[in-house]
Amino acid sequence: MYDVAIIGCGVIGAATAYELSRYDLKIAVLEKENDIADGTTKANSAIVHAGYDPEPGTAMARLNVLGNAMIEDIAKKLNVHYQKCGSLVLAFNEDDLHMIYRLYRQGVINGVPGVRILNARETLDMEPNLSTEVMGALYAPSGAIVSPWELCIAMADTAKRNGVDFFLNSKVDRIERTGTSYRLHCGDKVYEAARVVNAAGLHSDDVHNLVADVPEFKIIPSKGQYYLLDKSQGSLVSKVIFQCPSKVGKGVLVSPTVHGNLIVGPDAVEIDSDDDVSTTQQGLDFVRETAVKSVPGINFRDSIRNFAGVRAQSERSDFIIEESTSAKGFINLAGIKSPGLTSAPAIALDCIKLLEKTGVYLKKKEHFIEERQKVNFKSLSPEEKAALIEKNPLYGRVICRCETITEGEIVDAIHSPITPRTVDAIKKRCNAGMGRCQGGFCGPRVQEILARELGIPLEEVLLNKEGTYILTGETKKGGVQQ
Amino acid sequence: MTELICIVCPKGCHLKVDEQNDYAVTGNGCKRGEAYGKKELTNPTRVVPSTVKIIGGAHRRLPVKTSEPIPKAMIFDAMKLLDTVTVNAPVKRGDVVYRNILETGIDFIATKDM
Amino acid sequence: MITETYDLVVVGGGPAGLAAALEGYSNGAQSVLILERDKELGGILNQCIHNGFGLHYFKEELTGPEYAQRFVDMLRDTNVQVKLDTMVLEITRGKQIHCMNSKDGYMVIQAKAIVLAMGCRERTRGAIAIPGDRPAGIFTAGTAQRYVNMEGYMVGKRVIILGSGDIGLIMARRMTLEGAKVLACVELMPYSNGLNRNIVQCLKDYDIPLYLAHTITDIQGDGRVEKVVVSKVDENRKPIPGTEMTFDCDTVLLSVGLIPENELSKSAGLAMDRRTSGPVVFENMETSIQGIFACGNVVHVHDLVDFVTAESQRAGRAAGKYIAGGEQKSESLLEVQNGSCVNYTVPQKIRTENVEKAAEIFFRVNNVYKNVVIKVTDGDHEIVRFKREHMAPGEMEKITVPKALLENIAGTLTVSVGKEETA
Repeated sequence: MYDVAIIGCGVIGAATAYELSRYDLKIAVLEKENDIADGTTKANSAIVHAGYDPEPGTAMARLNVLGNAMIEDIAKKLNVHYQKCGSLVLAFNEDDLHMIYRLYRQGVINGVPGVRILNARETLDMEPNLSTEVMGALYAPSGAIVSPWELCIAMADTAKRNGVDFFLNSKVDRIERTGTSYRLHCGDKVYEAARVVNAAGLHSDDVHNLVADVPEFKIIPSKGQYYLLDKSQGSLVSKVIFQCPSKVGKGVLVSPTVHGNLIVGPDAVEIDSDDDVSTTQQGLDFVRETAVKSVPGINFRDSIRNFAGVRAQSERSDFIIEESTSAKGFINLAGIKSPGLTSAPAIALDCIKLLEKTGVYLKKKEHFIEERQKVNFKSLSPEEKAALIEKNPLYGRVICRCETITEGEIVDAIHSPITPRTVDAIKKRCNAGMGRCQGGFCGPRVQEILARELGIPLEEVLLNKEGTYILTGETKKGGVQQ
Repeated sequence: MTELICIVCPKGCHLKVDEQNDYAVTGNGCKRGEAYGKKELTNPTRVVPSTVKIIGGAHRRLPVKTSEPIPKAMIFDAMKLLDTVTVNAPVKRGDVVYRNILETGIDFIATKDM
Repeated sequence: MITETYDLVVVGGGPAGLAAALEGYSNGAQSVLILERDKELGGILNQCIHNGFGLHYFKEELTGPEYAQRFVDMLRDTNVQVKLDTMVLEITRGKQIHCMNSKDGYMVIQAKAIVLAMGCRERTRGAIAIPGDRPAGIFTAGTAQRYVNMEGYMVGKRVIILGSGDIGLIMARRMTLEGAKVLACVELMPYSNGLNRNIVQCLKDYDIPLYLAHTITDIQGDGRVEKVVVSKVDENRKPIPGTEMTFDCDTVLLSVGLIPENELSKSAGLAMDRRTSGPVVFENMETSIQGIFACGNVVHVHDLVDFVTAESQRAGRAAGKYIAGGEQKSESLLEVQNGSCVNYTVPQKIRTENVEKAAEIFFRVNNVYKNVVIKVTDGDHEIVRFKREHMAPGEMEKITVPKALLENIAGTLTVSVGKEETA
């Protein structure tokens, strides 16, 4: 019997597991996919928002500003790529200028540190590659960028090292109430827990409806498409560049990523299926055409990947962080749209308070593991590199040429707390295959290393989720030896 | 009259072959093109490159090819023969890995030391 | 922390690097080192198991591995050193090479001269933004080629190939011979970028349809590719609604272009050419930094390995001379420019004094042309012209301009292609 079971291991589930693992509790995390950080967490803008967007007084406003500060601290402790680069919201006309003043005032009320309005010259001095049409901007020095999946994995790994149990390929398909607990059925496996945290993201309404008498919210998935560009474009801007939200749409952002690339997107289209992450010509065209209004010099010939992510919006305007009215001890963390990534650790704290209210006894662990070490070979000095290879020759062999990821780092990842079993699971953990050749060179080698370290046949190594087989058999049967 | 693209070299000359006139070839840039044009209409042949399973080599497959072009119609049957072959390293380039493909007198030979 | 010193360090042990190293060695470089990131020399030739290589250079038809092995065999008779499984991380302006492998650890090698021969990489789905799902089963043709030819694994059963470059065509045949069904080869342009001979012996021989002026407009599939939608495109290469054809397939192979791999060139601070995506080079393949040379696909993408070999021998020879005698003269500098219908030229600069008998200029045209002339001009003055019956973007063109014609010219040399004027 678990004290708490968390359904879903995106960044919200992982943050909750991480913050809860500070206490003497028996915790399980159930993830339906074969890896964590696999839904909205792996496909979004990767921005740590400053906190001027949400309307003052909302949970989003409070949690955004708090989360922004928490992520900086967590990223440092858990060795996650993070960069406090600051952000700009650009104004191109009078309406936009009104908007950035409004955002400025919201920022002040929400407690965003250091927000100020820049005139056109100051804006262009700060970011010379912006369109000269710019009339001014809102500058927020606390805006930042992070690797969302690294953050999620780092928190989950740390939770696991602090005693949390993780179960992958565990889709909750039925929930039974015993009166004092919940029995969560995942195929033929059953996990019993006194409290349940629903962090199922796009599927959180379905999960809640497994236990509730009446639906309390509905997820309205909204898809956003992106371009990821080569490092050659990564220094076009040094900050997150937003456009003003307007009647016609939210605008498209242009931002460096923590790995040195440029991310451009998203559009916003409501979709029927939670799992539709396809890109469309129309959507990609819109993203391109809108982005160049901010940064005219983006060279889309240097695109290395397009992707789409789905926002788990609900019909409510604020985050849903509450105990289900019809199921005691069942906490919903739902409708976590933007700024959900930023707010994640703060949402986890709210969740813990809710759990405490339901009678969970919180006693801090004596030996909580705070830190997480991770070799990031590329960032080391030549002397450090030399010393590391001497200690372990696997660090001397580069597998991913584009990102300079060594075999040592891949093997480290495979033997990390939550075992990655797919090529993309490795990519999320150490960036192999993220570069300009998109795994063309290293994909087969990562596959080989996975097969070797996990002791499975090469053909069984998948690209990502179930069904994504890469190989269809051997070429030559062979026969009599000659 | 049949029009062909010569495959003897990367140039890809546009050949015309006159079946009525003893397969006379025009449009060729060299003598080899003439021979190709004639042969393509009478007995078309191809060199077949492929691989065989190898044990103890640097890779799991050894590249091979037919030592001479074989009749086009035999290509798939020749490929099937390679399914029956496993060689052991070391192998030298030119070593025969399958002798006398379908009674043609042509062999599959290794194209790499391994 | 310099760990070793060499006269000549060659970065890359593919056909370009091998030819340059051998030529550098026989032209005065006493100590030569090849740094190769793979486990063996030969580069991409090792996976190009098909025949058709070497007709110009060896005067016979070889497979890729055979071609590579001839050079590797020649290396045996020299004292050229080779480090395999070795990755170069950085090259400095001062010709220090930071590299590493498991055996020797982290090395900083000081070279007198460097030849860059890193080759190129394939453009991916992301580079051309094909819309749709992102299932497994989408490979670049070269990645698939390595799986099939070297690792011995099949990557699919029912295949659509996008792009009719040579690698795509060759893979159409390879997949067919290994038992897959290749449903179509789809080409965006109204002409193929592959060699005619490959269209004949890879597609026609196996009745594989080639759809020119078509492209993939949607990829569908949950886990693995399930369907691919192909549409006809108009003259602006935009898909025409209503022309969609849907193929049930499990695999898409992409042969949509190659990009010179120049991250190291950029780290060294070499002047780059946006047209070729390679470094700017002089007549002897020297780059903007004296003593650093470049050759092969890292400079511009070639169609024939024989041309890579010839270009790399030129680079190797020049590197040997540089080591022996130092700087090249550069009193009269010619800038080579592309005029009408021409996409780029290599070299981009010519130092007339250093031209031996004639300057060779390589370039590609931007469309298919019939019965045209190539003109080399200096302002309004025509220096030389060459007739061509057929030109296409897929075929690299070479012209040879005798040194005597260049001697009294300063400034720019323009290479253009046009219809022959009627006199």
